[in-house]
Amino acid sequence: MSDATSDVVHADGAAQSTLARLWQRGARVDPRYLIAFLITLVLVSAQLRYHMFGGYDRLVIALGVCVATEALLSWFDRGKIVNLLSAYISGISLTLLIKPQGGALWPFALGGFTAISSKYVLRYRENHLWNPTNFAVSALLLAAPAHVSVLSHQFGNDVTTNLVIWIFGLVIAARVGVLHITLTYVASFLLLNSVRSLALGQPVMPEIAPITGPMYQLFIFFMITDPRTVVRGRRRQIIVAILIALMETVIRFASDSGWPLPTGFNAAPAFFALALVGPMAKWLDLRRLRYK
Amino acid sequence: MFHRPRPAVRRAIIAVPFLAALLLAMRLDRGPSRSAADAAQPGFVLRDETARVGIRFVHRRPSFDPKISSIEPHVAALGASVSVTDFDGDGWPDLYFTNSRFGEPNALYRNKGDGTFEDVAASVGLADLNRMGDGVSMGAVWGDFDNDGHEDVLVYRYGYLALFRNVDGRRFEEVTASAGLRRWVNSNSAIWLDYDRDGLLDLYVTAYFRDIDLWHLATTKIMHNSFEFASNGGKNLLFHGVAGTRPGSPRFEDVTDKMGVGSTRWTLAAASADFNGDHWPDIYLANDYGPEALYLNDRGQRFVPSTAGLESESKSGMSVALGDAFNRGRLDAFVTNISERGYLFQNNNLRLNEMAEAGRFRNIAEGAIADAGWAWGAQFGDFNNDGANELFVANGFISADRGKNYWYAMSKIAGANARFFEDAATWPRFGNASLSGYEQSRVYLNRGVAGWIDVAQRVGVTDVYDGRAVALADLSNRGAVDVIVANQNQPAVLYRDYPDRTHHWIGFRLIGTRSNRSAIGAEVVIESGDLTQRRIVDGGSGFASQNDRRLHFGLGSREWVDRVVIHWPSGAQQLLQRPEIDRLITVTEPQR
Repeated sequence: MSDATSDVVHADGAAQSTLARLWQRGARVDPRYLIAFLITLVLVSAQLRYHMFGGYDRLVIALGVCVATEALLSWFDRGKIVNLLSAYISGISLTLLIKPQGGALWPFALGGFTAISSKYVLRYRENHLWNPTNFAVSALLLAAPAHVSVLSHQFGNDVTTNLVIWIFGLVIAARVGVLHITLTYVASFLLLNSVRSLALGQPVMPEIAPITGPMYQLFIFFMITDPRTVVRGRRRQIIVAILIALMETVIRFASDSGWPLPTGFNAAPAFFALALVGPMAKWLDLRRLRYK
Repeated sequence: MFHRPRPAVRRAIIAVPFLAALLLAMRLDRGPSRSAADAAQPGFVLRDETARVGIRFVHRRPSFDPKISSIEPHVAALGASVSVTDFDGDGWPDLYFTNSRFGEPNALYRNKGDGTFEDVAASVGLADLNRMGDGVSMGAVWGDFDNDGHEDVLVYRYGYLALFRNVDGRRFEEVTASAGLRRWVNSNSAIWLDYDRDGLLDLYVTAYFRDIDLWHLATTKIMHNSFEFASNGGKNLLFHGVAGTRPGSPRFEDVTDKMGVGSTRWTLAAASADFNGDHWPDIYLANDYGPEALYLNDRGQRFVPSTAGLESESKSGMSVALGDAFNRGRLDAFVTNISERGYLFQNNNLRLNEMAEAGRFRNIAEGAIADAGWAWGAQFGDFNNDGANELFVANGFISADRGKNYWYAMSKIAGANARFFEDAATWPRFGNASLSGYEQSRVYLNRGVAGWIDVAQRVGVTDVYDGRAVALADLSNRGAVDVIVANQNQPAVLYRDYPDRTHHWIGFRLIGTRSNRSAIGAEVVIESGDLTQRRIVDGGSGFASQNDRRLHFGLGSREWVDRVVIHWPSGAQQLLQRPEIDRLITVTEPQR
């Protein structure tokens, strides 16, 4: 082996060991910090590159209401102020996801409050059932469709930003131990929607296109993988991810067939699939654990 | 010390504001109560008198290469336009409508002066402009490019530009080739301006699709490469008007690259005015699938792109209307966009012009004015003559089967990676679906600090056609702002304005001498007591439209105008003291 080659090998080895150390350190970090890092990355890149906020007041309101609500309700309910990281994640998610009519700011305030307070109201055996952001967005889409839409196209339909978020998202999902949920959902989505396009006699491309968009990135990396609302056990988590994809396909079938669904179901079928399946699965899981 | 209740009680206590928040969201979603609109006193009525005045124009949409038939309703959804001119110089505004199907004629409705119109397009040579090989009309813009006192016209198409010289107000001869304008541009907008203030009109033509022949496509990969920052549209073109070798035959030179205005965003509308007060006309663009753009004129030598606060939100700009929204003596911009309940709120922009002090526009649109559905052409006009501008907004995209909605299909690709929609063949099939169809036009009453309120129903605007172009004109020379709407694949509508009779008004007809004879780009500021208002002679604005180039100001109960300042395109200023009101005043630019 020549010296030059040997140097390369040593350099590769050093890089690998650095990566390995980082990976091991990542394993010790509270998963919420990794998720918070990822969503902050999404937020910053979306704003710097695409000016997607539509006003910093939205961020301030959503974030402020989420954090204040969490602080107040946790003090009231538990006698102490809990770690506010999950409120931070909810606030940023809502800023990214809610697209209001006419510059209205109240959806961010009410969305933030309902997201966090849902954790304290909609509970079973000391666990909340809905991912807070998923609940708030779904509720607002149903309650206020004339003033609230969900992120439908953003981030410039650009592959570069998509790739950055996908890469970071997958790495962090792996570190947090929920990569199997993400991959199961993606695989199920692709399979089920390909089948759906065949059944409808429609081109397959538009049916699988949504998964490449930013709304689904937020869904895949922040909602269905929420550690507090997923069921226990890897196998069950995979089954639930498949059921969510299946429910979404059913909703899409209904939309394809022109069923008179609320607009929100057509605009954000994945969110409603999770809002319907997720809590039910969590409830059954908690029930099972209780009897066990 | 705070004594915490039991867990179940705590949960019940938290549930109260939780439920209240959900109920509040439902209440807020219903918006302000109808009483606000009902209580408003619009002070005008708009009556549909289309049939009575003899306008029977029905627009027909184009058909393109069968390779893109799956989404043809979407691609072929433009082309209805209307522009106001006085082609025969008789003092009565005439109307020109474009058609967009091969063999279907454009219409030139001559105002007979008795409240009725007759279509004379065929006899003057402006009807048969939709021909295989040449393209189909998308709009027209009028201006006296040879300064002979007769209004000439450029028809822009998905196809070749067509320039017609007005011969003595009785017929038109095509001079496209000799003027150097034989260019294929898939255009939805063009404006006249005099960017170098040399007294000859220049021409800015915007492009939508790149310069492909939509009837003979080599590829179906013709769509935008982003829903937000698309940059693969056609190239906008700036033509400089130069004196020809013989009188009455000016030519146009392509100065696009030299002047730096060759945007390839999917521009749908353009307007020009001196936004920053340096006496040089700037260019404002509304781009589909992209942010708006402003080009500031650097003393006629070049245009400098300016972000001016327009980059903050990328939308789908459809139209740009200029008007003094709050009587500040500035021209503000209203840009329409797309809003659809539950799917997408891009929101319209009402951008206050703060260029002089802050170098930017500030978007203040909120509430009703921000959401006019899938909005297209819009114009500012003082319909009640109270001294404040109202806004008329046409809307609706494709009205077909009411039971089929393409929005769900659209939502599948709109957020996806560009490769899923750049190719027309990969779009979901359109079929006979509607897409934001059957929307009712909006008429926003200007209540100053109390905001804008939609009074369309109240004042009589009830049609649900797919509106595209809106033009305003005082068709009967009586001090009222009538509204003409060109609807896509549907009949045109004329709403005659009946303003409050107790209100006064004043109108101006400007004739340039050192400036271009049409006085396009001239800005007039009136001062009457507490009222200051600015208007501009229109070289094309809104979407595929051009207003009456005579300027109309409502005065409310004010019985005099203190002074009028006219800023001519040549740079000259003219002052009028205490002009008579309730009449149209003709002003000729001083020679020196």
